[in-house]
Amino acid sequence: MTKTKSNQTNKTNYVSTTNACKLCKPLGACIAFRGIENCVPYLHGSQGCATYMRRYIISHFREPIDIASSSLSEKHAVYGGGPNLKKGILNVMEKYEAKMVGIATTCLTETIGDDVPQFLYEFNEEFGDQGLPTLVNVATPSYSGTHMEGFHATVKAVIDQLVGKTDMNTIAIAPKTIIPNVNIIPGLVSPEDLRHLRDILEDFGIAGTILPDYSDTLDAPATDEYAKIPEGGTPVADIAQMHQAKATLEFGRVLAATGNTGGELLRDRHSVPHYALGLPIGLRECDRFFATLETTTGQPTPRKYTQRRGRLVDAYVDGHKYIFGKKAVVYGEEDLCVAITAFLAEIGVKPVLCASGGKSGHFQEAITAVTQELLREPPLVKEGFDFYEIAEEIEQLQPDLLIGTSKGYPLARKLQIPLLRVGFPIHDRFGGQRTLHLGYQGTQRLYDQLVNAVLEKKQADSPVGYGYL
Amino acid sequence: MNNPILKERADQVHRKGNAPFQISCDRDSLAGAVSQRACVFCGSRVVLYPIADAVHLVHGPIGCAAYTWDIRGALSSGPELHRLSFSTDLQERDVIFGGEKKLTNALNELIDRHHPNAAFVYSTCIVGIIGDDLEAICKRMSEEKGIPVIPVQSEGFKGNKRAGYNAACRAMSRLVGTGNIDDVSPHSINILGDFNLAGEIWIIRQYFERMGLQVVANITGDGRVGDIARSHGAAVNVVQCSGATLDLAKMMKEDYNIPYVRVSYFGVEDMAESLYKVANFFPDDPSILEQAKALVREELSVLYPQLQAYRQDLEGKKAAIYVGGAFKAFSLVKAFRLLGMKVVMVGSQTGTSEDYQELHEITDEGTIIVDDSNPLELSAFLQEKDVDIFVGGVKERPIAYKLGLGFCDHNHERKEALEGFVGMLNFAKEVHSTVMSPVWRFVPRNNK
Repeated sequence: MTKTKSNQTNKTNYVSTTNACKLCKPLGACIAFRGIENCVPYLHGSQGCATYMRRYIISHFREPIDIASSSLSEKHAVYGGGPNLKKGILNVMEKYEAKMVGIATTCLTETIGDDVPQFLYEFNEEFGDQGLPTLVNVATPSYSGTHMEGFHATVKAVIDQLVGKTDMNTIAIAPKTIIPNVNIIPGLVSPEDLRHLRDILEDFGIAGTILPDYSDTLDAPATDEYAKIPEGGTPVADIAQMHQAKATLEFGRVLAATGNTGGELLRDRHSVPHYALGLPIGLRECDRFFATLETTTGQPTPRKYTQRRGRLVDAYVDGHKYIFGKKAVVYGEEDLCVAITAFLAEIGVKPVLCASGGKSGHFQEAITAVTQELLREPPLVKEGFDFYEIAEEIEQLQPDLLIGTSKGYPLARKLQIPLLRVGFPIHDRFGGQRTLHLGYQGTQRLYDQLVNAVLEKKQADSPVGYGYL
Repeated sequence: MNNPILKERADQVHRKGNAPFQISCDRDSLAGAVSQRACVFCGSRVVLYPIADAVHLVHGPIGCAAYTWDIRGALSSGPELHRLSFSTDLQERDVIFGGEKKLTNALNELIDRHHPNAAFVYSTCIVGIIGDDLEAICKRMSEEKGIPVIPVQSEGFKGNKRAGYNAACRAMSRLVGTGNIDDVSPHSINILGDFNLAGEIWIIRQYFERMGLQVVANITGDGRVGDIARSHGAAVNVVQCSGATLDLAKMMKEDYNIPYVRVSYFGVEDMAESLYKVANFFPDDPSILEQAKALVREELSVLYPQLQAYRQDLEGKKAAIYVGGAFKAFSLVKAFRLLGMKVVMVGSQTGTSEDYQELHEITDEGTIIVDDSNPLELSAFLQEKDVDIFVGGVKERPIAYKLGLGFCDHNHERKEALEGFVGMLNFAKEVHSTVMSPVWRFVPRNNK
């Protein structure tokens, strides 16, 4: 193993952020809450936050997402937002008929010191006789962490506040006939990824709980009604029983390293065995995922998937020469970067820079873990980076392609190199919500796309105009 | 479906015909109602955003800057600093100990790096709470760097979008009057309230120039700090849009005695009327009005025959409108009429009672007029009125599409120029391309 390249650069540490490679914490909370059945995401803050996030999320998913807000004004900021929070929940109950309201705080309400759990306690005391929705709250001050921390904190809050609870005054929990075999906590993946995970569980012949699951709520079929809350999402009753599963599979190596996850809570509080895995992208991470499924279910991997695995290896071989030694820059949220980098290392593409706006403190170790057996030269790994800093690094690195969200487009345009769009957000292409990343199949799709991006560039740059490549 | 309108909002909806016109507006959004409105910061940000040679630094946690990065299609013919998203990205320790030092350092860094002609510093929610003294920091930086460094008092919770427009106007008013106006013609104007989405201000500017008028400053589309600084030299302020920049025009009337005129560049009638109104400010040179008339004649002779083809297909179709400012809705109602279409619902986020009064006057019986609406109300209105096309912004688009009806983006992300005479043609094309699509044949709405 070669020694790790120093990540120290001579550049000053910038004070300002230019073109952030991250989003704010409550946005992650809203997406996670949207993945729970009959749940309305609710931001305790001023009106703008909800509207901005709706717009941002709509531009990716091309689906409605109604996010309620306490719509705090100046007097509430002075005297506290409690009354508006209560009023807002009542209005959501009346118009949305929500079974659950997922309440996330914002920088405003965290700074003025609103005690949301206390407000909700009072709310229960005051209106408990009205058949209240389940209320889950999470603290998501935007000045600490990114949308990913917001997403994970929400998943953990949901587990903390709902699992094993039978006394939820509001929700009739019908005992399930099938006890879920596994829990999957996939992180911020696409609706297509979530559907793929559901298919895998089904093909294994097991019941499972995926938390959250916005595969239907953020990618719904055409209707003739505006669904107040779109159908789908993880049922609250299923969440309440997650402690009965045989295991929890939780994706995200960086997440795992934080030691503060929903899956760990299920393990520590309810003794559910916990498997921390990387996002299953690339052969090795997928193999780990399927091996874990085999262990926990006692079932062999269905032939469909072993065949897909075989085809993926076949494709790795067929395409390897086109892409060998190509230099790639990977950016975005840390765990997706780690998984993509793991995949690149397998196919002979050289990741030269892995950059994220996140600052978990575990990015480097996760990248090292997935690349060290394959890469002669490790990539630069940068936490807390913005696109200005990425652009500066790129000048030296001269990459052949970029892989990340659509927010890297200005760079790709400037460098005249392909951009492979993955993750969230994808604002300049169609079908971001249907991008499959996970499993052998998702890896296959990424691989085909990557090879074709290289071929397209080669073809376009060539004076010959080759018809066979 | 139960009544989609919350009791507390009942007086913000009016149906023309049943009762004397009355609508409540200009009040805080109701908690839990899922308003389509944004915030004070948003109002300031959208108005100042197109000033292309300034640094726009958002002082706050990252969200406010991230969600407004390159958000408007406000084009620049030169510098493109406005397309970068600058933030102080406040962290927990800044919230505890104050963000002043970070702000000072960030300004130092960005001004030295980009050499802008000015810097705008936007205050966000928590800055209003932690009490950073933006005024003092900006003053000091301005002296050190020799450029205007201007605080924008845009704390998100201190009102709605309109309060943000006002904060932006107050910020710009600090620039006005600081430039040299020696070469400004007496036959000159400023264009206010156009943001050069899809290059629209270039179309409008060219009309005025064809009339023989000098355009001193674009405020703010394709805007420049230096132009705004000498905008007090212009003879007239020509103000479009629902008050986004009206406050600035009022301030300039007060400070420099510059008259202003309100116009709209959407639709044939309003576009022509706007040119005439402006020309009438220059009675000393009759050729200006003559030029305006010739221009309108020329443009219409090209436009009308082309519009007829679209009108044939669109005649009798029903439209609904929900926009940020009500002023735009006036023109849209007329533009739809020109296409033979009927407006059956019209609303806005931030209209005033005068705005709604006017809408009431120009719309047909039975039209729903609504202030500060939300998805549940809008979808119920769209269904009730069985509309063919909904006009709005990104947040309204999925409402239309989910219900299986057409949509036209008339907000700041649009990529088609909809202003001017050519804009009317583009608008007709836009409407036609959605209303006439074969896809509606397959949606559940038409397969009951």
